[in-house]
Amino acid sequence: MKRSVFPNRWLPYALVAPQIVITVVFFFWPAFDSLRLSLYRASPFGDRLIYVGLTNFQRLFLDDAYRRSMVTSFVFSFVVTFTGLALALLLAALANAKIRGLALYRSLLLWPYGIAPAIAGIIWLFVFHPSYGILPWLLSFATAYKFNWFLQGWVAMMLLIVAAIWKQFGYNLAFYLAGLQAIETSVLEAASVDGAGPIRRFFAITFPLLSPVTFFLFTLNMTFAFFDTFGLVHAVTQGGPGDATSILVYRAWKDGFEGLQLGYSAAQSVVLMALVIVLTAVQFRFAEKKVTY
Amino acid sequence: MKALLVRTVALAVLAILAGPSAAVAKTEIQWWHALTAVLGERVNDIAAKFNASQSDYEVKAVYKGSYPDALNAAIAAYRAKQPPHIVQVYEVGTQTMLSSGAVYPVYQLVKDHGVTIDWNDVIGPVKSYYSQGGNLYSMAFNSSTPVLFYNKDLFKKAGLADKPPATWDEVEAAAKKLVASGAKCGFSAAWPSWTLVENMHALHDQPFADHANGFDGLATTLKINGAFGVKMMELLQRGAKEGWFTYNGRLNKAEANMGNGECGVFLSSSAYIGNLTKASEGKFAWATGPLPRLAGFAQGNSIIGGATLWVLKGAKTEEYKGVAQFFKYLASTENQAWWAGVTGYLPISNSAVKAMEASGHFSKHPQQLTAIKQMQAGKTTPNSQGIRLGNFPSVRDAIEEQMENIVSGKKTAKQGLDDAVAKSSDILKEFAALYK
Amino acid sequence: MARTLAQPATLAAAHARPRKTDWHALTAHAILIASVALLAFPLYYAFVISTQTLSEVTTMPPKPWPSTAIIANYAEAWQRAQMGRMLVNSAIVALGVAIGKIAISLLSAFAIVYFDFRGKHVVFWMIFVTLMLPVPVRIVSTYQVVSVLGWVNTYWGLTVPLMASATGTFLFRQFFRTVPDSLAEAAQLDGAGPMRFLWTILLPLSKANMAALFVILFVYGWNDYLWPLMITNTPEMRTAVIGIETLVPRTSQLPEWNLAMAAAMMVLLPPVAVIVAMQRWFVKGLIETEK
Repeated sequence: MKRSVFPNRWLPYALVAPQIVITVVFFFWPAFDSLRLSLYRASPFGDRLIYVGLTNFQRLFLDDAYRRSMVTSFVFSFVVTFTGLALALLLAALANAKIRGLALYRSLLLWPYGIAPAIAGIIWLFVFHPSYGILPWLLSFATAYKFNWFLQGWVAMMLLIVAAIWKQFGYNLAFYLAGLQAIETSVLEAASVDGAGPIRRFFAITFPLLSPVTFFLFTLNMTFAFFDTFGLVHAVTQGGPGDATSILVYRAWKDGFEGLQLGYSAAQSVVLMALVIVLTAVQFRFAEKKVTY
Repeated sequence: MKALLVRTVALAVLAILAGPSAAVAKTEIQWWHALTAVLGERVNDIAAKFNASQSDYEVKAVYKGSYPDALNAAIAAYRAKQPPHIVQVYEVGTQTMLSSGAVYPVYQLVKDHGVTIDWNDVIGPVKSYYSQGGNLYSMAFNSSTPVLFYNKDLFKKAGLADKPPATWDEVEAAAKKLVASGAKCGFSAAWPSWTLVENMHALHDQPFADHANGFDGLATTLKINGAFGVKMMELLQRGAKEGWFTYNGRLNKAEANMGNGECGVFLSSSAYIGNLTKASEGKFAWATGPLPRLAGFAQGNSIIGGATLWVLKGAKTEEYKGVAQFFKYLASTENQAWWAGVTGYLPISNSAVKAMEASGHFSKHPQQLTAIKQMQAGKTTPNSQGIRLGNFPSVRDAIEEQMENIVSGKKTAKQGLDDAVAKSSDILKEFAALYK
Repeated sequence: MARTLAQPATLAAAHARPRKTDWHALTAHAILIASVALLAFPLYYAFVISTQTLSEVTTMPPKPWPSTAIIANYAEAWQRAQMGRMLVNSAIVALGVAIGKIAISLLSAFAIVYFDFRGKHVVFWMIFVTLMLPVPVRIVSTYQVVSVLGWVNTYWGLTVPLMASATGTFLFRQFFRTVPDSLAEAAQLDGAGPMRFLWTILLPLSKANMAALFVILFVYGWNDYLWPLMITNTPEMRTAVIGIETLVPRTSQLPEWNLAMAAAMMVLLPPVAVIVAMQRWFVKGLIETEK
């Protein structure tokens, strides 16, 4: 479709200038600097800068703490995503009926989106508190095991996973509800006439039809769990106990800001960059083609 | 080109926002620190006292976050050519500061501006930690050393005599009895690497790292996997298994368990005295004692923790004159005695110690004397002068990670320590490579 | 995909089976109510704790209903963490980032859709690529850049670097493409310049999108954690989400969880309130921005 355009020569440049300037200064410059810094050994005060090629990356991949951090990140992200989506889908499927007040429910379920992950973490931190929290107290009636997230890595992980899922839950549920509501009932009815039971109908028809939603939520939740949970880790466990909850983002920050190992941290940033690129590319390839204009 | 434009605009805006600073009558001195709550108030107090005592200089104490935050802020400011005059850096940042080329050594500063401070009066462990070639590079300010704490009420309940255990055997025996009598935690420690590895080595005159713990050149290998180190770790591993030692986390997380009355015997910084007094008020009685010793090893000394004040390059001579005056003020016996008295940190000079004794301070606060007596009783040897490592925070992390593996039984003491040494060597070599 | 989700279920079940639908509807209601309750429980619990005294907090079993110390706790938390200042900082960041992003991306989208200029390709891709460079990925370097500019610990440093937004630009671009061409043609025939067109015609049409974007960006700016953490180092400049950390009882401090929860409540209220008040636009914004 041929669009009508304005003829001005210089105005468009002026209009895009703010965005481009900020993008160059605060996105490209640091991104290139990260790439560059990752090839150097840098002293904290900036007095020494020694080119070391790929040594930082070599160190990274030989470092089993880093490998553990990768595993931790992936485990955390996958569990948060899968559990979150499964729960949301299950509940959405069960709740999918032509009922009044769906909009009201939706707004009552979406508000946790407004809570910062760090705040959600602090609230759940207290819920899980070994001495004063309600959860261990309730669990103490069921088992004598002392749930102490200060000491047990897996409990700390659980704490973070629950806080993350809780925060994202309403959002996932809302999307699934909308997705389910958009499925034409005629298709489902045809299937039931053919003799398919509700579960069979779900897996054979509903779930595949929901795959765009699932895919979208999958990449979104993964990105959230990988990158936006920094606040959660920093405010709640600080990567501990030990390094049980030390996700990649947290490590990169810690090595750079507390360890003052700038080149090493930059190398970690570069790896993260690669991860985002993969995630983003995947998301755009399978989702709507926003790339063409 | 656009970046340059942005930068110019930004700098112009910054200049406007920064406001007029040259028009003040008093020369301003920026002092960045990391102390909060009560301690932060004391920092403000001492700055105010100095400001009131003369009319040429005004020290502005600014809280800049935690120790790592304050250091990062100082580095950023330095790189932006706007450093503070004084920055408080924690002890593990010492090597970073020394290697940086950004520091104006304190002994030099003071000499250049006609101020005399009796450096020989500074207490041994503090002086040795922050000196190079016998000269003090940073101003001693808030130093502490670890001591042993014990819960008198729990001791009584367990039928133990009301005195602190002096050896590790006594610690073990006491802890076992405490647990048997129902205590949730027999023995624990805060700052695990600092108290149980670094200080234990120094206390028993055992080397911690090569190059005389980093004092004779940049250290590249830790020596904590020797006979002594392994013996200590095996003791702790057995303690955890038998239930009388509870590992309560890194940093000072374990202080929560001592503070709420759970632990019978506890190791932490002497600076914990203030917080413990507050936490235990009306709940339980406690006292301190020197660090426990392991039989069969030589006598060394405990080492310093806390922070010191470093002076950064890049300011004007007139301002440095003010810094020198401020340090002279801080170093005076009267002010030292006051500072140590209200904060619980160690008095930096021997004269200050004597003054505090004379004023009866220690009869009112006997717990504060323990740390001093412990240091006075120790011997300063190459192994106990302190520890100076590049990337020390990362090294501590590596050590504590292996400690956790050892204590939980995942690795043997020797294996864990060997791994810690291997990992730390990697970290230390990285740092050393910067300064070849 | 966005359009599919935005459509309500227009295909109402013509073949209504009354009895079965009733039962199904009841289950649906039950599940949704249970979900709402479960989701709200931690918040309710946090609120209850924020009203209790210290001794109530530390005694088990926990009391499940609000207590009386509400004013004392909130006042104490406010005072101790300097909440007033921090909430102002958060507001400045949230509003600044939201308004800044909207303005900037609006202008960029306008330029991309309504003008032909050399380098349009490049500009478009430059904006797109920023999606692949979230803050965590450029941590240390962005800090270096900001410190070179002298913006560390300033409002400029807190807001400007967050103002470039690819999502906003795409949103407006998408929307502008749906605006009938005839409007632009008519404007040009009338002799109106492009800015006039933007101001008098496009902007009013874009109100819904702007509102949608505003909600999302306000919440984002308010809740952002990593960037303010890196860029600020004095209590006066900290934003609320990182500032309340000083109230979270750690280690050797008293277990004053009631104060921590009071602070948490105060911090989460504004963004949640914005979401609830502007929820129509919020849902639209979520669906349209998809990131």
